[in-house]
Amino acid sequence: MIAYLIRRIFYAIPILIGVNLLTFALFFVVNTPDDMARMQLGIKRVTPDAIEKWKQQRGYDKPLLINSAASGAGKITDTIFWQKSASMFVFDFGYSDDGRNISREIQTRMMPSLAIALPTFLIGLVVYVSFALLMTLFRGTALDIAGVALCVVLMSVSGLFYIIGGQFVVSKLWHLVPISGYGGGMGGIKFVVLPILIGVAGSIGSSSRWYRTIFLEEIGKDYVRTARAKGVSELAVLFRHVLKNAMIPILTGVVVVIPLLFMGSLLTESFFGIPGLGSYTIDAINAQDFGVVRAMVFLGSVLYIVGLILTDVSYTVVDPRVRLQ
Amino acid sequence: MTQSISPVLLKVDGLVTRLRNGARIVDDISFRIKQGETFVLLGESGCGKSMTALSLMRLLPDSIHIESGAVRLDEADILALPERAMREVRGGKMAMIFQEPGLSLNPVMTVGEQIAEALELHQQLRGAAARARCVELLDQVGIPDAARRLHEYPFQLSGGMKQRVMIAMALAGQPVLLIADEPTTAMDVTIQAQVLQLLRDTQQKSGMSILLITHDLGVVAQVAHQVAVMYAGHIVEQATREQLFLHPAHPYTQKLFAALPDTARSGQPLAAIPGSVPPLHDIPKGCRFAPRCDKAWELCHEQAPEWTGVGEGQGVRCHLYEGQGAKAEGRVMGTEGMVPSTQHSVPITQSSVLLQVSDLQVHFPIRKGILQHTVGQVKAVDGVSLEIPQGRTLALVGESGCGKTTTGKALLQLIRPTAGSVRFAGNELIGLKAQKLRKQRAGMQMVFQDPYASLNPKMRVAEILEEGMAALNIDGNNAARKAHLDILLDQVGLARSTIWRYPHEFSGGQRQRIAIARALAVSPKLLICDEPTSALDVSVQAQILNLLKSLQQELNLSYLFISHNLAVVEYLAHEVCVMYLGRIVERGTVEEVLHTPRHPYTQALLSAVPRIDKRGVEMIRLAGELPSPVNPPQGCHFHPRCTHAMAVCRAAYPDATGISTTHGVHCHLYGDGLG
Amino acid sequence: MMPVILWTDALIFLLITVGITAVWYIRQRPHLMLPWQRVARSSVGMVSLLVLSLFLLVGLLDSLHFRAALPEKSNGQTVYSPEVLSVFDKLVSGLRSRTEKTYSAPLTAYLYAKESMEAPGGKILRDYPRLKYGGAHLADPQRELVGDVAKRALLGAAGGLLVWVLLIAAVFVSFPRRRESSGLIGLDGRSSKLRCARFPACAGMMENKTLRAVLIATLIIAALIGAIANLAAAYHVLGTDKVGQDVLYLSLKSIRTGLVIGTVTTLVMLPFALLLGVAAGYLRGWVDDVIQYIYTVLSSIPSVLLIAAAVLMMQVVIEMHADWFETAAARADVRLLCLCLILGVTSWTGLCRLLRGETLKLREMEYIQAAQAFGVSSLRILTRHILPNVMHIVLISVVMDFSALVLAEAVLSYVGVGVDPTTISFGTMINAARLEMGRDPMVWWALASAFGFMLVLVLAANLFADAVRDAFDPRLNRTEGVA
Repeated sequence: MIAYLIRRIFYAIPILIGVNLLTFALFFVVNTPDDMARMQLGIKRVTPDAIEKWKQQRGYDKPLLINSAASGAGKITDTIFWQKSASMFVFDFGYSDDGRNISREIQTRMMPSLAIALPTFLIGLVVYVSFALLMTLFRGTALDIAGVALCVVLMSVSGLFYIIGGQFVVSKLWHLVPISGYGGGMGGIKFVVLPILIGVAGSIGSSSRWYRTIFLEEIGKDYVRTARAKGVSELAVLFRHVLKNAMIPILTGVVVVIPLLFMGSLLTESFFGIPGLGSYTIDAINAQDFGVVRAMVFLGSVLYIVGLILTDVSYTVVDPRVRLQ
Repeated sequence: MTQSISPVLLKVDGLVTRLRNGARIVDDISFRIKQGETFVLLGESGCGKSMTALSLMRLLPDSIHIESGAVRLDEADILALPERAMREVRGGKMAMIFQEPGLSLNPVMTVGEQIAEALELHQQLRGAAARARCVELLDQVGIPDAARRLHEYPFQLSGGMKQRVMIAMALAGQPVLLIADEPTTAMDVTIQAQVLQLLRDTQQKSGMSILLITHDLGVVAQVAHQVAVMYAGHIVEQATREQLFLHPAHPYTQKLFAALPDTARSGQPLAAIPGSVPPLHDIPKGCRFAPRCDKAWELCHEQAPEWTGVGEGQGVRCHLYEGQGAKAEGRVMGTEGMVPSTQHSVPITQSSVLLQVSDLQVHFPIRKGILQHTVGQVKAVDGVSLEIPQGRTLALVGESGCGKTTTGKALLQLIRPTAGSVRFAGNELIGLKAQKLRKQRAGMQMVFQDPYASLNPKMRVAEILEEGMAALNIDGNNAARKAHLDILLDQVGLARSTIWRYPHEFSGGQRQRIAIARALAVSPKLLICDEPTSALDVSVQAQILNLLKSLQQELNLSYLFISHNLAVVEYLAHEVCVMYLGRIVERGTVEEVLHTPRHPYTQALLSAVPRIDKRGVEMIRLAGELPSPVNPPQGCHFHPRCTHAMAVCRAAYPDATGISTTHGVHCHLYGDGLG
Repeated sequence: MMPVILWTDALIFLLITVGITAVWYIRQRPHLMLPWQRVARSSVGMVSLLVLSLFLLVGLLDSLHFRAALPEKSNGQTVYSPEVLSVFDKLVSGLRSRTEKTYSAPLTAYLYAKESMEAPGGKILRDYPRLKYGGAHLADPQRELVGDVAKRALLGAAGGLLVWVLLIAAVFVSFPRRRESSGLIGLDGRSSKLRCARFPACAGMMENKTLRAVLIATLIIAALIGAIANLAAAYHVLGTDKVGQDVLYLSLKSIRTGLVIGTVTTLVMLPFALLLGVAAGYLRGWVDDVIQYIYTVLSSIPSVLLIAAAVLMMQVVIEMHADWFETAAARADVRLLCLCLILGVTSWTGLCRLLRGETLKLREMEYIQAAQAFGVSSLRILTRHILPNVMHIVLISVVMDFSALVLAEAVLSYVGVGVDPTTISFGTMINAARLEMGRDPMVWWALASAFGFMLVLVLAANLFADAVRDAFDPRLNRTEGVA
């Protein structure tokens, strides 16, 4: 198990280097630092001197990948790629265009993101699985067919509609909660209720339908027939036998997103004015702040890889056949 | 026997089960099972025997339902019970075990939990009492170290063990009727013998009745008291075992017996039943067997026969027996049913050696640890040597997992051998570059086990047959190729018009003919047949065996015939090699190995085969199962299961000992005197 | 008039060609027809296909672009308008040109905002002004409007029904009594209408459940189109937006953008996913390692971020090289195409992984081994054996992806990394309209139309995808093989 984990972490390094190379190519090869400087400085002040100064300030005045002027290890290290990437591996993301420390920003913004994402995830899981179990229990009946039809309709509605519609009905018409904003402590609850609710409602269609498919697949298997032949009631079959086996495919899709909860949701956070990582990212995108976008890309990849490893570990919990080697 | 006075336990009358779209899967079936008796439903795949069993349990899949009929168990009307009461019956009075024990156990619950579930439901046992009873049950079904096994998961048990657990689970509710649906079909003969013995012992102890479903006449011979033969949803004949084996009445039953390969007829073609079981949605009017029956006349095609008694306790659904004196006629039919045949004498003269294999090894590395370094080898094939002369058949026999299929694929270089030599027609194949190897490919071809997986569903017959010719550049021009295709189809007995059809339009037997034609397309000298009939019904198996035999005579082909079915081997092969855990333990001619086996393993294998004509022969039971090739036992691989094991067996692997010029064996029993 | 072929137009017509070739190819092969016949038996599937093909028709008409010649010539050469129009624009030129001053609600005769107006008596009044076009023919809208709308809607619906009856009759006459044993219904919905004629009698038609459903659907759609068309001639059926453009026109124009995103993206990513997935699964070894590495890297970056980063970069490039594009439409189109490319690059990993897994299973099949025993080359095994046997997975995932992509466009455009702001799309419509949520009374119609059209399109796509999956998934069709 430990050896397996070490190997997996070991494997993650080339992948992260790949991620870095890719983003580097996107940010510095497609657009040279000169182009970026020109964009940032605007058309009026664009003099060669200004560009040089801009580049120097931000450390872009070095060669991209290989510095032939430097000697020894400097050939590799004294380049933009090395300077900008190596620090990421110790989670030092540098400064954003407005001069703030990105790492610190990420730390303070993680909590609000989590305050929305975690409850959304947990409540969602319970709701979707219950709904799917209900449909499975009544499979083939009108109730099941109506449930599936509802799911298809719900998953055909744009996510934006849930947010806009929810804000309009709950906040604007009924005045139950504020339209947007965020606060810490107990007083903050009124701000997070609606985003969580909408987050849960947003994927009820696709998720419930997916879980239903998994349950139906399991219920067609031979061991279920054995359980029935033992005289086990349909409800016990569903909860004791099917649910336990269905956990295996469910975990594949679910565990991998848990670490990514830290990243927050772009849409929800920006609509509700939550000062989390999602809105941070979206602001950075709109302000074309490459430093922040790069940091978020890297963070996202790390969390995704952590998610993959967690998924493998979680299998050992639910599936006795899996031993990690 | 005492069964005749036992009270009737289960009464089934006029049971009809059908698909939602209307096809009748089980059509008007009636039978009685007495207390303590074993009632066998015998039939080929798709005849509705499993659906009959599931109907009794009321566990039919969603798309199938019971339409009419009555089922009474101990006077309880099973079909009228409310679902709640039915749950009491399931597992309580009636228990069931299935064909695939590997799939039938819940993979994420321990053995103990699964048995305890039944105990809680039907015996109201919980906690320590339940646990104690679980251990007792596991002991009863012969699982060693039961207390520890309780906490194991199904994947930690072997196939035979899993079926034992299934039986223990079924016994937990102390049922009066056990339904066993093909309980040993997926197993090797040695394990099958163990499980059948267990069923018999359990029955004797508890006095329950067993409804056993099988397609295997050998199994019937071993365990049945009463037998009902099913065909296309009907019971066509019912009799006691003795009656059925002595005087099979229905032409179908007669044919089933005649289609079984066995030594007595090894020179003659088998009496194959032409065609295959009719599909459910297209059941013929009149007698359902009429299209395949060589005694059918007009009446058979027009009117379905009624049930007719032909003697005490024997009944049949056939026009032959309606009215007078049917019995005598039927008896006559029994012998007439055998196809008269000319003796094809096989020339015994030694011809030139076509394939010579020496010390073939196939090892698979086992990787472990952070850097995935190789920590061991799975020795799937560990030093196999054999030779096949032109025009002869060598059979490779052994339990599943012994490495026989790997050997076949390694000969074809589909799996790269680790070491050894394969000389085909004088050319060494191992180590050849792909280009040079391709030149040799035409000489050796393979026929695979599963006719459903061996044909690409997206290619027409013509494309399938032409593939090899195109790859090996045979019959360059179109006309020659077309003519060749026609010849091929004639050879394997398919109509020339089938050439533009797709595989899904053919039955299993026809598909296997196409697969044989595909191999023949490049005019090979050697065919490697990997269990070519094990997925087929008995009646179709006979067709394919006859075909293989006649092709050999026609084309002077050599076969390497890989099989676990000793009866088939006996019918087709000239020489036999018995494999155990990657090595050949005994070799010789068919007569030598199958009639005077020397190796204890061969002896055990032979005695485990249920035979319809060999009742009373003492069985040598093999304890345990095939060990893993990852970690084979020290010394002779077979010694942990061998009744003759001596100290030397544990120490050293025995060398080859010659019994005769053709007969050799690896066993310390023979080593001293003759070595 | 000068025809203009934009990049996405070319790709759409390439797709159509591929589609027609596929239909022709499949029709030759009965075993490929089999699953499509199952699709054709599904009422829901066929009705959703009908709706989809209507959308497709609008999208196609909107993909035939041209630049109109200006009346005045310079130096004897024809000068073309810088504005790129489509055949669809031409067809609904009324909708396009009748712009009001600003917002107006659906089916009204008044503007949304009050204005100061000079009354006949010279007094200055502050009231809602009449619309320039919407309901302009009415003398007293307050009294006449409801009656006129109802009358026009009914007349239009009746007209639609008449056209429907004539069409059906025409089909009957041109295909008298030709019966085909439940042949493949073409990939576009119109031929399904043709097919009904191949049944000898009306009674026969009514026995066929699917056909009945499709006929009823065409009936409803014909009536609806008739009513809307008739109303649109005199009103703004779905109101107008901030600069007075007709919302119905905007919604219809958005369809093309959605279709392009949903289909061209697939076209772009398919070769990669197919080639790499199958190659990785079959060849194993270092090829497998490299391909797995590539898709793990790509999929480990959160897709929205990767898309955002790529789009930002693309934006910079396009802005730096404004001289590459002749017209604004060409620039917006290239941006749309780039978005498709980027979406394609980020979304192929899932399919690739799926195909690799399936190929791993297939390469152990005995027919592959039989081919290997003949020494058939790897390339030939891949194309003859593996590829045809994974196509059902490709098809299922393509139709399933379509709706997800249409929805994604709206979100991305909202985030600011979607289509060009000048491109009319559901995303840009929603983005513009949501700023007006705060107004009182609320401007709801633009949002509602965008969401409504998107819902219909995506729902139809989802339902059709379900029908396709049900027909093609071998696991769901096992029973048919057994029985």
